[in-house]
Amino acid sequence: MSAIHGIDGLDDWELVVGLEVHCELATATKLFCGCPNQFGDDPNTNVCPVCLGLPGSLPVLNHQAVELAMRIGRALNCTVHPSVFARKNYFYPDMPKDYQVSQYDQPINADGWLDLPDGSRIGITRAHLEEDTGKNTHAGGSGRIHGADYSLIDYNRAGVPLVEIVSEPDVRSPEQARTYVAELRTILLAIGASDAKMEEGSMRVDANVSVRPHGQAAFGTRCEIKNLNSLRSLVRAIEYEARRQVDLLGTGERIHQETRHWDEEAGRTRAGRSKEEAEDYRYFQEPDLVPVAPGADWLARVEAALPVLPAARRETLAGAAGLAATHPGVVMAVDRGLDDLARGAIAAGADPVRVLTHVEHNLAVEGAETLGAAALAELVGMETGGALTATQAKTVLADMVATGRGPAEIAAERGFEAMDTGALEAIVDEAIAANASEWADYVAASAAGDDKRLKKLTGFFTGKIMQASKGQADGRAVNELLTRKRDGAA
Amino acid sequence: MTAPGSPTPTAAAIAAEVRAGARSARATVDAHLGAIDAAEATIHAFNLVLADSARAAADAIDARVAAGEDPGPLAGVPIALKDNLCTRGVPTTCSSRILEGWRPPYDATVVTRLATAGAVVIGKTNLDEFAMGSSTENSAFGPTRNPRDPERVPGGSSGGSAAAVAAGFAPLALGSDTGGSIRQPAALCGVVGVKPTYGLVSRYGLVAFASSLDQIGPFAGTVGDAALLLEVIAGHDPLDSTSIDQPVPSYTEAVGAGVDGLRVGIVSELMGEGIAPDVRARVEAAAEALAAAGAEVGEASVPAATFGLSAYYLIAPAEASSNLARYDGVRYGLRVDGATTSEMMEASRSAGFGAEVKRRIMLGTYALSAGYYDAFYGKALKVRTLIIADFAAAYERFDVLLSPTTPTTAFRFGEKADDPLAMYLSDVCTIPTNLAGQPAMSVPFGSGADGMPVGVQILAPTLGEVPMLRAAGVLEEAAK
Ligand SMILES: [Zn+2]
Repeated sequence: MSAIHGIDGLDDWELVVGLEVHCELATATKLFCGCPNQFGDDPNTNVCPVCLGLPGSLPVLNHQAVELAMRIGRALNCTVHPSVFARKNYFYPDMPKDYQVSQYDQPINADGWLDLPDGSRIGITRAHLEEDTGKNTHAGGSGRIHGADYSLIDYNRAGVPLVEIVSEPDVRSPEQARTYVAELRTILLAIGASDAKMEEGSMRVDANVSVRPHGQAAFGTRCEIKNLNSLRSLVRAIEYEARRQVDLLGTGERIHQETRHWDEEAGRTRAGRSKEEAEDYRYFQEPDLVPVAPGADWLARVEAALPVLPAARRETLAGAAGLAATHPGVVMAVDRGLDDLARGAIAAGADPVRVLTHVEHNLAVEGAETLGAAALAELVGMETGGALTATQAKTVLADMVATGRGPAEIAAERGFEAMDTGALEAIVDEAIAANASEWADYVAASAAGDDKRLKKLTGFFTGKIMQASKGQADGRAVNELLTRKRDGAA
Repeated sequence: MTAPGSPTPTAAAIAAEVRAGARSARATVDAHLGAIDAAEATIHAFNLVLADSARAAADAIDARVAAGEDPGPLAGVPIALKDNLCTRGVPTTCSSRILEGWRPPYDATVVTRLATAGAVVIGKTNLDEFAMGSSTENSAFGPTRNPRDPERVPGGSSGGSAAAVAAGFAPLALGSDTGGSIRQPAALCGVVGVKPTYGLVSRYGLVAFASSLDQIGPFAGTVGDAALLLEVIAGHDPLDSTSIDQPVPSYTEAVGAGVDGLRVGIVSELMGEGIAPDVRARVEAAAEALAAAGAEVGEASVPAATFGLSAYYLIAPAEASSNLARYDGVRYGLRVDGATTSEMMEASRSAGFGAEVKRRIMLGTYALSAGYYDAFYGKALKVRTLIIADFAAAYERFDVLLSPTTPTTAFRFGEKADDPLAMYLSDVCTIPTNLAGQPAMSVPFGSGADGMPVGVQILAPTLGEVPMLRAAGVLEEAAK
């Protein structure tokens, strides 16, 4: 590949991205105390001497958190190691002890990988346990920590268990970064480790971005991009940052290793603390905790309890559908947890492509999971048998999800019946007659193999015909008729 | 019982009489409060005397006895707590300005256990700020004086607790020992002080100095009382992850068990240079007394013990630099305003911490810094491993070891206050045990040339409290 994939104009450069994903674990209580691990409660209500770091308090490790961390590790093909906690020392008001209990040189999970739906593999360096910090609100002044009149701190989040998942610098495009995070999120949800909501901050992504000329083995200087609150931000920020770095290098300047913050509104990254003046965290082993060494039997139980992971589910569904595992309908079905439904409908004889089209385009709705496979198969059968147009099927499907009733009943009630071929042909003839010059264009474009123009004109005629049939015409039937008429005309 | 050094009833006697209805807990507490009134102005053992709550607690004990209940093994016994042990709703200062106004919302585990055993907390005792020191001169609230000679220091950091027991203010006290902070003041004040095995007593609610070394332990006038108090506070606590989950043996029974056949080794590395001849003579006399009682006495070697001091003054400050980071003016204690958050933190810490605490925070920060970690902190950890190995080898040949507790008897005020290194050397005999996580205690055994008490240190392997107390019981008898 000669360009940064997915970014126009950066032809001579290769993008290198490593991702650090923090996810809050779905435990009942915090990492080192019995306070509820709950989002959205009144400030400073889920706190105690331990998570407030009061003098004399001591941490006690939450075993559910260790178990979820092991689940994440095994789902990401990591080796689970005996591990120790360490203190990461730095002063920050939202951190009650002014150190964060984390894992440093002996993390619980290391050396794994994640296979993406497109077939690429991203290495996982480590996935370690640590505690979350509280949350600052800066009031008055600029709204930032400098220049605020005062700050309020909510410690409800302090001590919530996190797993930080660090990837190898294997990501080569913004789109691949998105796919990685999306796949990781699907896995975290599937194994019940985290609710992984980027908007609520229970999943937070930092991207280490660098560029290098094609063919260069050494990595370029990287910048760490923070404040990425959505997949869209992630993609935009990486694109922006890659361009910024290429522009700088193009004018002979150096990249400074630094932390940069993504500004979603301005659509740019801004320099934060530079690494040269960054703090020395003075890591050392946390003396208030003992090493965590999960026994073989515990690890075996964790592995046995792991559900089938998304990649394997995609393979299964793809096999049943006779499609590639990368087919968007297959990917989406697994993402939405509708793969069992899709397989059931296919097994009941429904056309796989129609089933997956519905899953991909018409079932991104609440309650989709309540749909029965037999009912979906019946709907698709009516559609492929000509009893319903694609548009009608979509309407019926929405009603099925909303009401739980069967497709035949809904179709009858709505008066949906497929238009007979004679009536449709009459409408097509009328449309051709009324738009003779467009029809001549259509025939000419078809003969010339001008696909772009042909597509546009097909759309034009389909629109006219749909309008005339009040939406009852079947799109495929219209297309077939148009082709037949063209062949007749030629 | 008001005169310093005068005999007071033992905790065991008080509890037995209170439980039997033969003594009033209230009268006992009043008598001790009277002793405090008479001499506290000179001694300054306490940061806070809890007269009202102690009287109320004593009344409650008496009422329970009257109702036919048993208030527990320490029924009605007054006890003084080092002011780095959290007491619910009661100021806990660590003798530092930085904790100004802070009242813990919870009790330390040991405080809860004392209440359950019927003990009555009579006050919070003075200490070197955050337990960093060996003379109590580093207290933000002024020094404590040695009841045996008010011109001399009581030792530290638990100087207030040692002085409270020595002065007859309370038959029992709790201290904490990170590098000798129980044993050294016990020796200097002429009382019994025990540093238990790391993990035997819960640290929950002990304000941390150096978490891997800190351990709470008893002060008492007699070995039997120290054993009784240890029995009450020892045992597993789910709130402390480093707490040992094992049943606690009877320590009080060990005290009278004798030393017949016990193998006792004198640590040769702790008997040489720097140890005052009169102190060394008392240790030799102690060895003879043990031999006379049936122990097999020999010479032991713990070569790495000589590196203990250097390793300690890297490990303890390193942990302290992290443990004391939380005193930043944000949530509790002293706050000195500043234009920004970091200026506020800096101003609060500058005003709130004393010189010795700042010195150790800087030492520890340096020892952990990138580029220095391996040379300092990392190396100190290796020395610690060596010390553990050397002790293990010594304990293959001996059941307990013997050494001086301190190189000298109690020194005069100001004598070492301006020379941190000289001060640090007073812990040279006690520090190796903390690094090894093992138990050790100081037992008074006669006096030095200046007439001040000398303490003999008995060291034991992990969970070797029983043989340690057997030897201590014999030395106590021999010293009479
Ligand atoms: Zn809590």
